[in-house]
This record gives sequence, structure tokens and C-alpha cells, in this order.
Amino acid sequence: MSSRIAQIRLVSSHPEVYEPCDDSFALVDALLADRKNLLEHKPTLCMEVGCGSGYVITSLMLMLGEEANGAQFIATDINHHAIRVTQETMEAHRVHAELINTDIASGLENRLAGLVDLLVVNPPYVPTPEDEVGREGIASAWAGGENGRSVIDRILLVALKLLSKRGWLYMVTLTANNPSQICRQMRKKGYDSRIIVQRSTEEESLHIIKFWKDFDIEVDAKDVVPNSNAAPAGVVDSVLSQFQRLSFWRSSDVNSSRSGK
Amino acid sequence: MRMLTHNMLSSNIKGVTNGFPLRIEVEKVVEKQVEINHDFLRNIFPKIDWKAFFDASRVMGYAELPEEAPEPSVLESDLEFLRKFHHALLELHLEEGALVCPETGRKFPVNKGIPNMLLHEDEV
Repeated sequence: MSSRIAQIRLVSSHPEVYEPCDDSFALVDALLADRKNLLEHKPTLCMEVGCGSGYVITSLMLMLGEEANGAQFIATDINHHAIRVTQETMEAHRVHAELINTDIASGLENRLAGLVDLLVVNPPYVPTPEDEVGREGIASAWAGGENGRSVIDRILLVALKLLSKRGWLYMVTLTANNPSQICRQMRKKGYDSRIIVQRSTEEESLHIIKFWKDFDIEVDAKDVVPNSNAAPAGVVDSVLSQFQRLSFWRSSDVNSSRSGK
Repeated sequence: MRMLTHNMLSSNIKGVTNGFPLRIEVEKVVEKQVEINHDFLRNIFPKIDWKAFFDASRVMGYAELPEEAPEPSVLESDLEFLRKFHHALLELHLEEGALVCPETGRKFPVNKGIPNMLLHEDEV
């Protein structure tokens, strides 16, 4: 099967824009691995938050191709250089997504609420001092604050607002981000999750996690339950077991995350 | 920027309660043909704010849409309407210009087809 993705030689670049790297490749691999499901899913509105070089959104458009012709694509980035580079990358591949220079989805959150069927995010996940978050240029592509979660947590709140009832979210996380805790947090909002790709490089261990609404999950009616015990224990265990199966996963992470914030 | 995108954008300035729709200031419009997809049009139709869409199309120089939103059944049968809806929604691009907050008058520039919705520190 010849699923096309973006060609590296056609991806544009700029000194202030994050180039396609292991995390970008892992995210595209995850989307490819799930391509058949995505084609059956027939998303109407697809979106990438933080499009950087444009490698991921271009690959997504190419792999869904004409079979998902009924879809439109939107991509945002806070870095205006990244928006230009994404535009050049898309033009080189003859695809079109609507680009907006904005912080996460600011300006779209009201009207786009509940309309996004597919959201992909490679967030700034690197743990950094908090004051490095929100800087201009390429730093915005990686500076993630404490545990690399400052921007991730903001994005997740926006994602919960934007995703349609049948919306899927694919997100890159690092072990240091405590992905099992992210999954538990999302479960409280009614989302099931699965690791699509898990990859360890010399520098980092990446997980690409897919989230989708599971209507069998009992969501806290008023969000008053202060800890993660709200979700049925068996289901939480099944999420955790996905991580525990991974040999590099340190049990201390799982244990400490059980106490929540 | 397509009119689809315009229909999804609001002013994001702190304290603004009535930020939709953004008024369009046109410097340059370009038309880019794309293949029509009826499924997409039918799926997105109920999500479109028709008045904002109608007004935006007029400002962009396209006057062939009905002022009142048609019944959804029209999308099943009226190919002529689908073609016009498709054209105004996806083929008209605001290439250069601005989007203006209806409450504060703050302009969000649109350059090379890309709206800049970034806020200044005192607007967040």
C-alpha cells in the first residue's frame, strides 16, 4: 500500500522553526498505523495545534488523500515563522490547510467548539524552568515548563472544548510528562486512551497516545471528585497496564501519579 | 483565509463578550478552485452562521448567496446552490486585509492569506 507522507526534501525550514525530528516521525507513524481507522472515521474538520515545519499536517493530508476528500484542515502555531514554513511545505506538496497564527486555538475556541473530529498535537513537552515557557521563536516548540506539562495541560483543556462527540486526539508525550496521569485525567472527562506508538531514543522515551470519547465512562457530574478514584478501578488499571507493560517504565512514576496532583 | 475560517473565528481579546463575527477589511481577494465535495458541504452546513457567512461573502465581492439560510433539504437536491455555497465557503480567499473586532475595533491583520490572532500583553 502506498500511503504517501511529506517528503523531507520538500519540507521548508527556518532557523527559528523546529525541524521534523524523532517526535514528528513517531506522530506521523502513529497516524499511518491508524490510517485505516481514520479513513473509516471520515473526519469533517481536522486540526493540528503547533504545526511547526508543517511536516505532520502535510503528511496527514497526503495519507488521508482523496479518500477523505470530505475533510478540511486547520493548523495553528504561535510562531509566525512556523506558519510561513508550514505554508511553504504545503505548497511544495500541493495541499492546503487553513493556517492561523495564534496561541493554541485562541480565536477559534467559541465557534469551533465541538466541531473538530481529528486533532493532532506534538506539544512543547520538554521539562524546563517555568519562565522559559511562552518565549518567542523556536523555544515555543519545546519549552514545556514543570514536567513539560505547562503547555500540554493548557492544550488538553482546549482539546476537550474543540473535540466533537466523535473526535479523536493524537498527542506526543514524553515519559517525564507522566502520560499515565494524563490518561487518567482525560478519563475523568470521558475519554479512553491507547498508546499507538512507543519509541525510545537515546535522549527520550516517546509515547503517541490516542484519546477518544467513550460513552460508557461515567464522567464526574460536577467534577467535584478530588481524586482519580472516580473512574472504575478496573478501567484505570487497564490504562495503567498499557504503560506498565513497557519495560522502561519506572514503577515509581506510576505509583507517584496515583496520588494525583 | 477562506470564508469557512472566517466563520469559525471570533475576537479573543480579554473582556470582549460579542466578538463574532469579525468584520472583514478587504485589500486583496484571490480565488482558488478546489474540487467540490457534497458530503463536506452537507456536514458543515448546519455549523455555519449564515448571516455572518452571507455578509462576509458580500464584502468579498460575491453576491449570489441567498440572504436567508435555505432549508437543509436544499442541499440534497439543488446542485446550483451547492456550487455557490462551495465557491463562497472554500474558493474565495482573503489574501490581504484585516479582521476587525466588532466590539473594540482592534484589527487582526491578514497577510499572505494568514490571520494573525496573537494578542498584545494587555489584551490577554
